[in-house]
Amino acid sequence: MQPLVEMRNISIAFGGVQAVDDVSIDLYPGEVVGLLGHNGAGKSTLIKILSGAYRADSGEILIDGKKAIINSPRDARAHNIETIHQTLALADNLPAPANLFLGRELRTMFGFLDDSRMESETRKIMARLNPNFKKVAEPVSALSGGQRQSVAIARAVYFNARILIMDEPTAALGVHETKMVADLIMELKAQGLGIFLISHDTREMMSLCDRVSVMKNGQLIGTERVEDVTEDDILSMIIMGKKAEKAA
Amino acid sequence: MSTQDTTTSTAKAKPAPRAKLTDTLELDTRLLGMIGAFILVTVVFNVLTDGRFLTPRNIFNLTIQTVSVAIMATGMVFVIVTRHIDLSVGALLATCSAVMAMMQTAWLPQLLGLPLGHPLIPWLAIGAGLVTGALIGAFQGYLTGYLLIPAFIVTLGGLLVWRNAAWYLTNGQTIGPLDPTFQMFGGINGTLGEFWSWVIGIIATLAAMGALWAKRRDKIRHDFPVKPIWAEITLGAIIAGAILGFIAILNSYQIPAARLSRQFEARGEVMPEGYTAAYGLPISVLLLIVVAVVMTVVARKTRLGRYIFATGGNPQAAELSGINTRLLTVKVFAIMGALCAISAVVASARLTNHSNDIGTLDELRVIAAAVIGGTALAGGIGTIYGAILGALIMQSLQSGMAMVGVDAPLQNIVVGSVLVLAVLIDIIYRRRTGKG
Repeated sequence: MQPLVEMRNISIAFGGVQAVDDVSIDLYPGEVVGLLGHNGAGKSTLIKILSGAYRADSGEILIDGKKAIINSPRDARAHNIETIHQTLALADNLPAPANLFLGRELRTMFGFLDDSRMESETRKIMARLNPNFKKVAEPVSALSGGQRQSVAIARAVYFNARILIMDEPTAALGVHETKMVADLIMELKAQGLGIFLISHDTREMMSLCDRVSVMKNGQLIGTERVEDVTEDDILSMIIMGKKAEKAA
Repeated sequence: MSTQDTTTSTAKAKPAPRAKLTDTLELDTRLLGMIGAFILVTVVFNVLTDGRFLTPRNIFNLTIQTVSVAIMATGMVFVIVTRHIDLSVGALLATCSAVMAMMQTAWLPQLLGLPLGHPLIPWLAIGAGLVTGALIGAFQGYLTGYLLIPAFIVTLGGLLVWRNAAWYLTNGQTIGPLDPTFQMFGGINGTLGEFWSWVIGIIATLAAMGALWAKRRDKIRHDFPVKPIWAEITLGAIIAGAILGFIAILNSYQIPAARLSRQFEARGEVMPEGYTAAYGLPISVLLLIVVAVVMTVVARKTRLGRYIFATGGNPQAAELSGINTRLLTVKVFAIMGALCAISAVVASARLTNHSNDIGTLDELRVIAAAVIGGTALAGGIGTIYGAILGALIMQSLQSGMAMVGVDAPLQNIVVGSVLVLAVLIDIIYRRRTGKG
């Protein structure tokens, strides 16, 4: 089967620090690939190269087997790559609809912003993702952590993403909301999306992901199918930076 | 037990607490606060001056004195919302004014051979001023957005550069008199008269009613809650009353008989006995209204405006959403520059000439107007109408104190204190309401 995304031999350095060092990963349709590692292991940096926030020093990205040039977030969006950033990347002073459509506003035939249609679309998608969401007209600074998260998720899901990047999507959430995100991931996966998931929570990753890739100090330690390894194997990869000895 | 039951059931039966009147009318409480402050200032001065403050004549003068600063303040809202500042607006106004004055009196007549008084002269001059302002603004935006020099530094340098560029252009001389058509943008030399003022007032009222109606219909179409019809009508009546009341006041300021008879003499006619005429709406004020409407539409209804506010709220988020924040900075400063040029038209036309010190300290008045009008220096928050109200409040304070006879140093002490106090009140208001 053709992989949805292949990132080959990606490297990037920031002022002498090799943040990502010759890393190759791939992602298939309907698959969730987890990225694990300590803070500063290079997970977020690697994923920001795919989402267009950073430009790799070397390496290439293939989408549907074809070489893709991703120099900006706009390019990434054009390839149907959507990202839920760890910081959520919301403009706090604007209400949910303005954030959801930021950079891709709906407009009337005269070219003006069609706020009513954007609000109505926002209500529709929020009703599906988070039925408790009511504060459509308020600036998102007035929302709770979970509600803000659902705005960020709605933004990624609304535009028919094929490749979804989720950077710590549950870090700020309560138990109930974490469950909602997990259900959503399963639903999107069933629809055939490919999802890159970044998290610190190894147990959560074992239950949500098909494969996990472990990074340490900018290098890829290894990629394993979750059914082939135990949580301890993964932990030792994260901590020791060595592949688990299966025979042992 | 049973009593307890009854209390809970009555509590349940009670209708939900009635929504506050301001909520029902969907009025911005901050706007109401500013209008309240403005009314307070005018009423106090009216009492202190034994009713001389709120005469048609003084209101007329107050509005034409406010126009130049108010036009620039609308642009300063965009600049401050994107977390920048522009200290060069007064100096830029001077450069634009110098370019336009030189165009009218020297360059066009001498280089292009257009005779003085040629009908094209004022328009070519204004065009040149607008291009100058927009280009200089765009250049400062480039230095800020692309070369990442802080706007504070770029425009602080600009303050010195453009003030003295204007000096060079004119050799420090006062240039005038300016073209008579050009002078019509200054205020008292260009008013619409009674009839056309009413026409404009009625058109503005109808447009406002139409906008209210269209908004309501749009909400109904999308099944959004709408306010009760009485609230809609009340709001419409307030707006219509304000617009038409303003026109009525301006229309009741009579042109002095001596001036009128001079006008008749100039045309070779004799003024009929008992003839009167009113000034009506000044063209400069109409210009401010047009600028305010356009800037409000840009802020609320266009992608450019949406991106300006998004970038002010969270620059990283804006960039991750694919917004070119660098180019946006250039655009914002270019708009600011073009507005400086429009203000330069009004300011120099009002003085009937270009003088070397035109626009001096305007940067402070403009920034103060925007800030008093609720623009947050932290970025992301601000309104066009707020900035205009801010300019009006500042001008009222200044001319009110002058009328009362407050010493000049004390005037500035009061204005400065009001600026700081206004921001304090705004901070407290935001903390209380949790808005922004």
